[in-house]
Amino acid sequence: MAQETFSKEELSRYSRHLIIPEFNIEGQRKLKAAKVLVVGTGGLGAPLLQYLAAAGVGTIGVLDFDVVEDSNLQRQVLFSTDDIGKPKVLAAKERLEGLNPYIKIVTHNVLLSSQNALDIVKDYDLVADGTDNFPTRYLVNDACVLLGKTNVYASIYRFDGQVSVFNYTNKEGVVGPNYRDLFPSPPPPGLVPSCAEGGVLGVLPGIVGSLQANEVIKVITGVGEPLVGRLFLFDAMNFETRTVKVHRDENNPLNGKNPSITELIDYQEFCGFSSNKEEDVKSLSVAEFLELQNSDEPFQLIDVREDFEYDISNIDGLHIPLGDVEEEVDQIVSDKKVVVHCKAGARSKKAIQLLEKEFGFSNLYNLSGGIDAYFEEVDAN
Amino acid sequence: MAKVIIPTPLRKFTDNQSAFEANAATVYDAIEALAGSFPDIKKHLFDDKNQIRSFLRIYLGDEDINVLDKEKTALKADDVLSIIPAIAGGIN
Repeated sequence: MAQETFSKEELSRYSRHLIIPEFNIEGQRKLKAAKVLVVGTGGLGAPLLQYLAAAGVGTIGVLDFDVVEDSNLQRQVLFSTDDIGKPKVLAAKERLEGLNPYIKIVTHNVLLSSQNALDIVKDYDLVADGTDNFPTRYLVNDACVLLGKTNVYASIYRFDGQVSVFNYTNKEGVVGPNYRDLFPSPPPPGLVPSCAEGGVLGVLPGIVGSLQANEVIKVITGVGEPLVGRLFLFDAMNFETRTVKVHRDENNPLNGKNPSITELIDYQEFCGFSSNKEEDVKSLSVAEFLELQNSDEPFQLIDVREDFEYDISNIDGLHIPLGDVEEEVDQIVSDKKVVVHCKAGARSKKAIQLLEKEFGFSNLYNLSGGIDAYFEEVDAN
Repeated sequence: MAKVIIPTPLRKFTDNQSAFEANAATVYDAIEALAGSFPDIKKHLFDDKNQIRSFLRIYLGDEDINVLDKEKTALKADDVLSIIPAIAGGIN
């Protein structure tokens, strides 16, 4: 490969790197030659992308399928109010190109899936996982292991952060642990700490995503000791930090003694969701639900949101948070129609899948779009 | 007494207590004592077969108990156990 060269403007821009003895022009060259894929442009992606762009990573892939929403801005400092409604990858590209015009931003405005992941990841040297759900975590990990790429991992939940460098091959060719060595299986839906009870302190992904960016830069440049075989833990609530060891597990189905996974699998199913198709559970539109409310047909309404959400507003449903559904199953009737709702329809769907699978219910209907859609429709009328 | 550090996602079952002192001889006893004191946390720590759930890692100091003596790992009075859950992000 031809050695990377720099213009006068670039040398000036990166001068604070160039004068660090351990980093110098060699480190900067490696950054410029590097291709990094950032999966997710959310809370973690925001600091990650900005620091990688500012540092001069030559090619940055930005992957997200979502558009910018007002509720993102509390933590996703990559975006401005003007970006609301824009595809995240395009808003990110605009911002990052404004920050550093000497790098290349490649956008992937898609949902990462078992069908497209290998094809996308193969063009990059390294992946930084800033996603927000278990199926994608395992997908990113497996794609990286199958393709031999380093996966710089960070994850957040409310006040907790985790960082590690997975599947890193050192100079001796020894491959470090990956996500499946640490967590062989995800929590089943409905059990803490599944993502049903969301929420995150806005500044937390800023802190954790910055640590993640630091590890990306270290892996690329070879400066320092990357966080391989170690998991960094941050508890922002009590300001406690710990670093614990992560070991390779010989039972790892990807690269343990007897590998059983040789291609990408169905990660929704692996994480206990019976794939993501709408027809999986029966549903009612808001209009159909309003019709039901106005009819004589008896039905039960169940709200599976959290206490604080129920307290803000509710439509008189029986309140059973998703995490308590199994315990409170005896409150759910089976002799009439039961409509289950949450904020937007995802958690209620999980509740229905769980109840159908574990308890054999067949009278459950998901309120499409949840209470958000309900209020929208009622307000419009 | 060994100290068990409770991760934030599980603190709603421990009256927001971030640590639990367990008078226990082994890791399993300590986790069981925690579940005994806070019954609501039990199903989040143990599966149907009373095994510690596989999406939780238990650490003694900075070491994974799986490379020690697993659940049978002996505890000393000043040991610190951490329960480390898989976390994925902040959405629903």
